[in-house]
Amino acid sequence: MSALCSDRVLLDDWHVVADLANLSPQAPFRTRLLGVDLTIRCRQGDIKQVVRNDNGQNVRATERYGFLWACLGNPARDIVAVPEALEDDRHFVTGGSIAVRVSGLRAVENFLDMGHFPFVHTGWLGDEPHTEVAPYKVELTPDDELVASECKFYQPIASPTAKEGFIVEYIYKVIRPYTVALYKSNPVQKDRLDVITLFVQPVDEDNCIAHPFLCYLKDGIDAATVRAFMQLIFAQDKPILENQVPKRLPLDPRAETPIRADAVAVLYRRWLRDKSVTYGAIPARS
Amino acid sequence: MITLYDYELSGNCYKIRLLMSILGLDYTVVPVDFYPGREHKSDWFLAINPLGQLPVIDDDGLVLRDAQAILVYLAAKYDAGNSWYPRENADLLGEIGQWMAFADSITATASAARLHDALFYDLDAEAARAGAHRLFRILDEHLWFGEQEGRDWLCSAAHPTVADIACFPYVMLSEEGGISRQDYPAIRRWCDRVKRIKGFTVMSGVFPAGPAKAA
Repeated sequence: MSALCSDRVLLDDWHVVADLANLSPQAPFRTRLLGVDLTIRCRQGDIKQVVRNDNGQNVRATERYGFLWACLGNPARDIVAVPEALEDDRHFVTGGSIAVRVSGLRAVENFLDMGHFPFVHTGWLGDEPHTEVAPYKVELTPDDELVASECKFYQPIASPTAKEGFIVEYIYKVIRPYTVALYKSNPVQKDRLDVITLFVQPVDEDNCIAHPFLCYLKDGIDAATVRAFMQLIFAQDKPILENQVPKRLPLDPRAETPIRADAVAVLYRRWLRDKSVTYGAIPARS
Repeated sequence: MITLYDYELSGNCYKIRLLMSILGLDYTVVPVDFYPGREHKSDWFLAINPLGQLPVIDDDGLVLRDAQAILVYLAAKYDAGNSWYPRENADLLGEIGQWMAFADSITATASAARLHDALFYDLDAEAARAGAHRLFRILDEHLWFGEQEGRDWLCSAAHPTVADIACFPYVMLSEEGGISRQDYPAIRRWCDRVKRIKGFTVMSGVFPAGPAKAA
């Protein structure tokens, strides 16, 4: 039995619990959310039923963006809105849910980090000697989202269709404690952005499942290629994430020494502290 | 021209890419959306391989399935040095065949545990892990005794063979299935030797070794 969550901000929020492609009427699908074991069944009429294993009670569930979502408490707000998911000249692709033995907060922080590109995604999202992370802007928006902008990085193969290396511009947005999005300029329509939203399922404090949702302009690329590239990149991160110690994200500013490139991570940790998120974290000493 | 029906995260596909890289072979790839698309169970793919398994190659009309069979074919046909699958050395071919079967057992255990832990396959992961540890213990002892005799590879030769390529990927990816290699030092050294073979290439989840240094 894993520790249960007492953070209201997480209990009263929606979390992805499955890619719909992984659900089948033939067999129940078992997963865990915030330490609670769940069983998902496909009922008649393709209705998905989510039941807590501990008390047999139904859990509030709904479908969106190709995923099944669940809320263990009373939803205080709607599922994260992805405006690009309304634009019909885009592919909407689930990236393939992958379980990772690390706190989901670590997975979010890794997603925000450009410094690891040359070393973990060598030959794809970075290479040596182009290792410097140029200064970028970080701000907290009026909507209480964290935005890092003017992020620039040299990438040898920035996307499945890239033919040569170039300096890619990123915008990162932390939307919820376990949800983060990345916007990068489309190689064909340079004034528009491809979007990857990473919904991280907090399985328990030391385990998560990454559910990427990709909204890519269809121009010049097919959906399967978008998905394959996402998996190629994420599977490079997985062993690195699983070897992070400790598995939970320390929120104490003195716990791990940041460098300037970590400005967004520093703010992310502070933002989590301000929201009293403790699940998957090592709280700051008061 | 060789066509490989491929999935990036498959260790069995990776071993084909690895040997082709070592042999310097050109090939084209047909990506198969194994997960979550289950395209390997689609009608068009079952027409190519009724077992619904990756990898498959098509070499000018010769369609072959089964990773180990493909390794044998590629080495026998394209290895000009005749070292990866030495066609006239019966003793060595016997050993290679033995370790190729061992590679299948590693797939059935270590790879199964990885599919369970990372991609939610419904199977008995604890049994898979226990099976993998049993195999790794045997492999580690074999490699350790080999090192004492001056043998660096799985089979009795001064060079690696397709058996090393067949066993390497799911050993290297074992930690994704919760199988630590901490207790298998000879396996870890052998993995580093494989990574230093000329033409070695990585897959997602496998990182290159640093340059070897004398102690």
